[in-house]
Amino acid sequence: MAKKESSFLNMVLTLFVVTAVGALALGGVYNLTKEPIAIAKKMKVEKAIGEVLPSFDSLVENKVLPEGGKDSLTFYEAFNKGDTVGTAIRTYTDIGFSGRFWIMVGITNGSVISGTSVLEHKETPGLGDKMNKSKSNWSQQFDGKDLANFKLKVKKDGGEVDAITAATISSRAFCDAVQRGYDELKKMEGK
Amino acid sequence: MNQVSNFTKGFIKDNPVLVLLLGLCPTLAVTTSAINGLGMGLATAFVLTMSNLVVSLIKNLIPDKVRIPSFIVIIASFVTIVELTMQAFTPALFEALGIFIPLIVVNCIVLGRAEAFASKNNLLSAVIDGLGMGLGFAFALTLLGSIREILGSGAIFSLKFLQADGILVFILPPGAFITLGYLIAVMNRLKKA
Repeated sequence: MAKKESSFLNMVLTLFVVTAVGALALGGVYNLTKEPIAIAKKMKVEKAIGEVLPSFDSLVENKVLPEGGKDSLTFYEAFNKGDTVGTAIRTYTDIGFSGRFWIMVGITNGSVISGTSVLEHKETPGLGDKMNKSKSNWSQQFDGKDLANFKLKVKKDGGEVDAITAATISSRAFCDAVQRGYDELKKMEGK
Repeated sequence: MNQVSNFTKGFIKDNPVLVLLLGLCPTLAVTTSAINGLGMGLATAFVLTMSNLVVSLIKNLIPDKVRIPSFIVIIASFVTIVELTMQAFTPALFEALGIFIPLIVVNCIVLGRAEAFASKNNLLSAVIDGLGMGLGFAFALTLLGSIREILGSGAIFSLKFLQADGILVFILPPGAFITLGYLIAVMNRLKKA
């Protein structure tokens, strides 16, 4: 077959057909994957909540935009057979070494940290990413701390948190995220 | 053309990363571990093969002047399909590769093969070329990722064999350049021999 001539009509028609077929294919794939993607996202959140809170059987979700904050926090109040187990807070910080990162903090009895889990981050591999449970046990030092009388700051800033070696900024940001979640929880309870 | 050499040229003789030095941005950025390199390599190989296939099929229907935009639309469609599929079925890998999956669109190796090879050759040659080049790319990325993971974290495919921390610099961007430089040097030596 001879090559098509580059006339105006040919070009417009070709581009139209190519983009139309592309769009149709993408629409189809999007519809096919929409459900699995939603499930995968939900599983991830639920897995993170399971990591930071004692066992529960139902959740109540609640989004809150903090004062002066850029994005909203999500509170997941967890219940087991009708009793409150605690609250998992999906919180973030903007003072990370490479921008914003998200963590999940579990709080029981109103102020005791029951666990933390990093959801998404862009911190330096090998340094800042040690805040991830799978990389080091650094984040375990928060477990069981009562935020009512625990100074949530790295030791350099006069607090009680051991910073990750060579990743003070990431450690500081982690504390900031936990603090933000706790502050909002307090405010919510005050209402 | 001999289809066997057409396939194998992507691994050594015309390896996209180690010889042609194409697509270095994802190469340097995602190869912090072997599994990341392999995932990125296979995703690119899939896109490369599929786009070569389609481009070769429709090469006579596309007027010359709108060739490049048409190819880019085709490549971008396949990349988005890969992206959505990964997000749905391998969310952990998708998270690790993150921004670099959409960036396969502008990986010069994909458009390069579509333009330089698929648009001039028949269907079979184009698909084999795509497979060979894609797997050669995956091979180079996995090799790079393995070396960096072994030296940097004392692990391979996330299996830790050293309890120590490893040489951190190999996980960081400079380590990517150093490792790639040595690999290219080794490659050149092998080619001369």
